[in-house]
Amino acid sequence: MKSFIKSSSLSLMAAVPLLAGCKAEVLAPAGDVAARQRDLLVQSTLLMLVIIVPVMALTVFFAWKYRSRNKAAEYQPDWDHSTKLELVIWAAPLFIIICLGALTWVGTHLLDPYRPLDRVSVNTPVTGEHQTLRVEVVALDWKWLFIYPDQGIATVNRLVVPEDTPVEFSLTSSTVMNAFYIPAMAGMIYAMPGMETKLHGVLNEQGDYKGIASHYSGAGFSGMHFVTRVTDQAGFDAFVAGTKAAGGSLDRETYLALAAPSQNEAPRGYAQVDPILFARVVNLCVEEGQICVAEMMAIDAAGGAGLAGTMNLMPKYARADGRERVMPVLGGNVNMIQGFCGPDEEARMLSQRVVIAPREITAPGPMQGAGLTPPVGLFGKSNNQFSQIATQPAAGEDF
Amino acid sequence: MADVPGAQPTTFLLGRLNWDAIPKDPIIWVTFAAVVLGGIVVLGALTKYRLWGYLWKEWFTSVDHKKIGIMYIALALVMFVRGFADALMMRLQQVWAFNGSEGYLNSHHYDQVFTAHGVIMIFFVAMPFITGLMNYLVPLQIGARDVSFPFLNNFSFWMTVGGAVITMASLFIGEFAQTGWLAFPPLSGLQSSPYVGVDYYIWGLQVAGVGTTLSGINLLVTILKMRAPGMTMMRLPIFTWTSLCANVLIVASFPVLTMTLILLTLDRYLGTAFFTNEAGGNSMMYVNLIWIWGHPEVYILILPLFGVFSEVTSTFSGKRLFGYSSMVYATVCITILSYVVWLHHFFTMGSGASVNAFFGITTMIISIPTGAKLFNWLFTMYKGRIRYELPMMWTLAFMLTFTVGGMTGVLLAVPPADFVLHNSLFLVAHFHNVIIGGVLFGLFAAINFWWPKAFGFRLNVFWGKVSFWFWVVGFWMAFMPLYVLGLMGVTRRLRVFEDPSYQIWFGVAAFGAVLIAVGIAAMFVQFGVSIWKRNDPAMRDETGDPWDGRTLEWATSSPPPDYNFAFTPVSHGLDTWWDMKREGAARPVGKYHAIHMPKNTGTGVVLSAIATVFGMAMIWYIWWLAVLSFAGLVVVAIWHTFNYNRDFYIPVTEIEAKEAARTKQLQAAAGV
Repeated sequence: MKSFIKSSSLSLMAAVPLLAGCKAEVLAPAGDVAARQRDLLVQSTLLMLVIIVPVMALTVFFAWKYRSRNKAAEYQPDWDHSTKLELVIWAAPLFIIICLGALTWVGTHLLDPYRPLDRVSVNTPVTGEHQTLRVEVVALDWKWLFIYPDQGIATVNRLVVPEDTPVEFSLTSSTVMNAFYIPAMAGMIYAMPGMETKLHGVLNEQGDYKGIASHYSGAGFSGMHFVTRVTDQAGFDAFVAGTKAAGGSLDRETYLALAAPSQNEAPRGYAQVDPILFARVVNLCVEEGQICVAEMMAIDAAGGAGLAGTMNLMPKYARADGRERVMPVLGGNVNMIQGFCGPDEEARMLSQRVVIAPREITAPGPMQGAGLTPPVGLFGKSNNQFSQIATQPAAGEDF
Repeated sequence: MADVPGAQPTTFLLGRLNWDAIPKDPIIWVTFAAVVLGGIVVLGALTKYRLWGYLWKEWFTSVDHKKIGIMYIALALVMFVRGFADALMMRLQQVWAFNGSEGYLNSHHYDQVFTAHGVIMIFFVAMPFITGLMNYLVPLQIGARDVSFPFLNNFSFWMTVGGAVITMASLFIGEFAQTGWLAFPPLSGLQSSPYVGVDYYIWGLQVAGVGTTLSGINLLVTILKMRAPGMTMMRLPIFTWTSLCANVLIVASFPVLTMTLILLTLDRYLGTAFFTNEAGGNSMMYVNLIWIWGHPEVYILILPLFGVFSEVTSTFSGKRLFGYSSMVYATVCITILSYVVWLHHFFTMGSGASVNAFFGITTMIISIPTGAKLFNWLFTMYKGRIRYELPMMWTLAFMLTFTVGGMTGVLLAVPPADFVLHNSLFLVAHFHNVIIGGVLFGLFAAINFWWPKAFGFRLNVFWGKVSFWFWVVGFWMAFMPLYVLGLMGVTRRLRVFEDPSYQIWFGVAAFGAVLIAVGIAAMFVQFGVSIWKRNDPAMRDETGDPWDGRTLEWATSSPPPDYNFAFTPVSHGLDTWWDMKREGAARPVGKYHAIHMPKNTGTGVVLSAIATVFGMAMIWYIWWLAVLSFAGLVVVAIWHTFNYNRDFYIPVTEIEAKEAARTKQLQAAAGV
């Protein structure tokens, strides 16, 4: 199988010599996940060519052979049915799709962006020695904010990761939908306000790779790109130390200032980050006084706050990016809902965000689906971890 | 309202319409001047040659399905020029904006251009094109005299025009949406798009959507209830079958679009929270809903053209369609499956692996019936006598082009592959590959095939071939580079580029677009030359059957009389007309009966005009006008129900005269 993958990707590269000259990052990525996605892409293409090539060849051949000037060709104006032929023309695509479907089912589970990596490269499985680098990503208008929660630093429009290190991205957005894409590393995943998505990836070669916003997000969209620098561990440590030394602090106020729309931002760093800032962004409660979605959900889950829930309103408030709100022309003022939690309770609640622990890997292998429990039927319960928007309040928390 | 924070200043009389609504952009001024000049010339010519009365009586108020069909296609052609102009502007911007250059379009303008391009091409080019085609052909193919609800047909057409007018008005008054053609919230929500752009989008589509939905119902009922005696479902011409399926899709999916846009409207006007970030709104709900409409929409577009290719292949191969029932089942399979694949448009939004895999595999399953169709066309050509007239050339180009588009489509249905190709130029190349290679090539085949039926003379072959080759070569030149760029990790809707290595590919694509422009120009020259030389005996279609056709539309004269058939034909099998010819069936003449026909009415035009005013009033917050026009709509609609003067009989003498002339025409043609 492995040799098949190798040879198939080689043959595609040979078939498209034009691409060899340019930076076809999707076909020649620097990260293992993207490479496996590429392999699947190549395999699927070859599988389909099994049927596409004969069809196209037959089209040309029949078109030529049965041209009206060729009186030598057989002409049967009433021949319109053949059960055997019908069987073949339905069975041939069916067969290809069965193969492709199997490949898809396995590949989709194996390369699920939510799934922790089982290997950092073809021959290196993830072991206990690998430290996963966590990065929290916020798509702002129109720049990327990267928070390194374990290092306590943050950067704008600059991502630095050590090579051969599994990276776990948690993504969200401040106002509109966007998509986070480093073609050389792994496929894209959307970053959406009020929601959190996950992406696991790894980069195996040092260098600079482009990172882009791949879902249109408004006026400054085109300038919303960043450089992903892959270094060795020492280089990464130096980057962390350098960012820390340069100073600057990202808290709720500076975040709101940063979130205001701006275009083509130069890269910069913050030496300190509010540890629950990302949780606040996901829960739409960076602004002082605004209720966190997690709290709202907890109240709703407990049956609502009753009459008290109609009284914690403030007449007007700013948007998640600090801009003034536009009020609907025919509606009343949109009210801001205040939380019941005090600051301490709120901080405690947000710091309890679910952190998905990497699953223990028992049998790594290309098609085993290691690190992932098999789905128990279509409607059965799967144990696979999905990231929740926020945690439920811990037992004993009183709202 | 001016004291509400963030709201635009409004006045009672004009809402938020004021001098600021005039775009400050020289490109738009030049366009505006050209449109005004062109408009003056056209209107002046109409007045000078006293054509207003003719147009109003014979065309605008007509309930004749043939005339409405032709008007739909005329609308589509006009809008096609606009949509293509947008495409050229994008190509120019993307090849220009390198090495620090910002290009010639700022983001406010560029973002409107790509949004308008998508909206116009889908809603106001492809949809009217196929609706017009179905309108023209379905009644003729099933041996009917008109559609089931002729007035509704006229009304539907004018509502589509109303939607197009609203969309076009955004070019000169205010702005169009800067959201992409599906207007995903929160970007299309009030906070990110407070001005009129998204409102133009909403009301343009809502007004046109009324027309589309009603025309879907109309054609559906027509096919089910108005077939000629003997024409059972399994004897329906294949184009009518595919139209039936497309209309089932329209009726079932367009209400979803209407409702989704209503929810977005409520969010924007009343401050509800269906799709907002705050107060429990969920923008992914919109994404799901819009694609539950959006995916069937793709099949609404392509299915009727599959029918066209089937008719063309079988006619020009001089052979029965291979595997008719297999074709029908394949069409029905596609119809049903098109409802269970919508999530493949957003694999990358974080659904779980099982959900993604499910939708990926259902998508691939659609390629099985589609593949079967391709084989059926292939084996229709097998042992045939293929005549390479223009319709057949377009069909062959389709078969070779669409196969590639289908393959890249299945590739995108593999979720891990989609993760690297989603939103990329590879995706853009894919859907242009199937929509141009499938829908547009099919429409060109259809125009060349049925033009003689509609107008009584054939289209010029030389200019048709010029158009064909420029289109086909131009298409491959314009979109193959986009596949390559997609594999280089370039995504869509970007306005400026950093990496200079992309530029050469954008250059090739822009050149391809220029070739396509020549192809389009050649098509209009083809129309012009053909109309100019319409009396050339070599180009005239006297028999009504210029291609040795197989289905009933070729049994009547070209162009057909108002009543289509003097006697309702009877079908004894597939390919009714082919069988009649083979068995030497004589054309029925003699004892004619007066024919009951629907009467023309201007109510459709009036209703649509009021609906357009209502849309504009809602967009600009002119509440008094909105209330007034809405009331006007209700009053006129009710008033029309009291109009009992809606039908008449074509007297026997008139039919006799027409049929006698036809007999003479046929004898003269046979004598030649």
